Amino acid sequence: MTKTDMALPDAELLLQRLADQLRPAIHKDTALVGIHSGGVWIMERLLTMLGSNLPQGRLDVSFYRDDFGQRGLHQDTRPSQIPFEVEDRHIILIDDVFYTGRTIRAAMNELFDYGRPASISLAVLVNRGGRELPIAPQFCAHDMNLPAGLNLQLMRDAQGLFHLTLEESQDV
Amino acid sequence: MPKACFTSPWKKVKMFNPQLTDDGKLKHLLTIDGLPRDIITQILDTAESFVGVAEREVKKVPLLRGKTVCNIFFENSTRTRTTFEIAAKRLSADVINLNVSTSSQSKGETILDTIDNLTAMHADMFVVRHAQSGAAHFIARHVKPHIHVINAGDGRHAHPTQALLDVFTIRRYKPDMHNLRVALVGDILHSRVARSEIHALTTLGVPEIRVIAPKTLLPEHVEKIGVHVYHDMNAGLRDVDVVMMLRLQNERMSGALLPSAQEYFKTFGLTQEKLALAKPDAIVTHPGPMNRGIEIDSAVADGRQSVILPQVTYGIAVRMAVMSILAGNS
Repeated sequence: MTKTDMALPDAELLLQRLADQLRPAIHKDTALVGIHSGGVWIMERLLTMLGSNLPQGRLDVSFYRDDFGQRGLHQDTRPSQIPFEVEDRHIILIDDVFYTGRTIRAAMNELFDYGRPASISLAVLVNRGGRELPIAPQFCAHDMNLPAGLNLQLMRDAQGLFHLTLEESQDV
Repeated sequence: MPKACFTSPWKKVKMFNPQLTDDGKLKHLLTIDGLPRDIITQILDTAESFVGVAEREVKKVPLLRGKTVCNIFFENSTRTRTTFEIAAKRLSADVINLNVSTSSQSKGETILDTIDNLTAMHADMFVVRHAQSGAAHFIARHVKPHIHVINAGDGRHAHPTQALLDVFTIRRYKPDMHNLRVALVGDILHSRVARSEIHALTTLGVPEIRVIAPKTLLPEHVEKIGVHVYHDMNAGLRDVDVVMMLRLQNERMSGALLPSAQEYFKTFGLTQEKLALAKPDAIVTHPGPMNRGIEIDSAVADGRQSVILPQVTYGIAVRMAVMSILAGNS
């Protein structure tokens, strides 16, 4: 992949903005669920900003992906952990970049195998455009419209601070 | 025929390895011998993710939806067949169980005809148990390129998924594999499980592997695969972290290898008293089915150091991992 030099928003500012959007949506039955790996990073930061006593979960959607037939199993799967009762819970799914919506579909399918939530909403740092399913984030700190050949990624440095990178994808 | 090769770290030669694709991915699981360490680790790590699936409301994932898995057992094994069946079903595959010993073969059909017929029914994966060593290899060489074969035990040769679930269990209780002393006790001679376990433990870097058995139940020159040989339980069990018991395989024995079951229990049966020589936190494994009072005392089998039932639970997760990795490498 080669780097492109398009100007990107400051991910730390986006995180603040996302926390501000989410704050009024937190109730006593809310749980946060991060999607590996960027979504989990964001969830961990949000917990310190929104109240760390919220129930939290982590999903690795490898077993639910719709491209298993083409790509096989992801090399580096991690156990999903949903250590709370999903039944009747208001779940906020968290991911870093929203693109086609396929990861979110996989995450929702997995969540339903734990129980029947009262609701699921989606919070992302960036909606990069290009969705392929009738799924959209309710909470989104930044909208972009990137062409398919570019890969927007959240990175975390040694201090735990976030930044975004944009690279040309060789997949397309 | 697949031409997958890998370069041995010991010799700079390319070795033919029918279980790997040309780019080094797992295509069939036939034996642990020669399986690269990163593949073993990938299987164990993936199995960790499947352990949690069994604890959920819905114990299924959709990975193998639409695939058909055929369990072909030319030799009976209720537990192995059942765990493969549960594993495949939890991956949402359709499962067909064939007990060939009681079926077509008794009417004269050859193995390859059986395989061809199942392939014509659009089977995607074969799980094969056979009394002849090499049967799974033979089938793997014959099948069409999109089909995967898993060896569920062939003669005295290999039982790779059993070895993988054993090392998975050990890794869960003793995560630092590089600091372990492991003893295998019992019928090493007839045991495909022992062979596969030794290869798996060696590949994962276990520094000291002991085999404890009477001379009549040890293969000749067994020390050449890097294990330490003991004929005395009291010496062999001293300070070990893991005791891996093996089943006395009466059905594979011919001739007088042992004086009697009672005599065997006295010398090589695992009792609490003998287990006390191992480290205080040592764990005890057994591949099942157990001969209580012959190779293992009930007090040990049901005792606090036994991990025999967790092995069964983890066996499902490990088999799910193997099947899903194979199915993804098409």
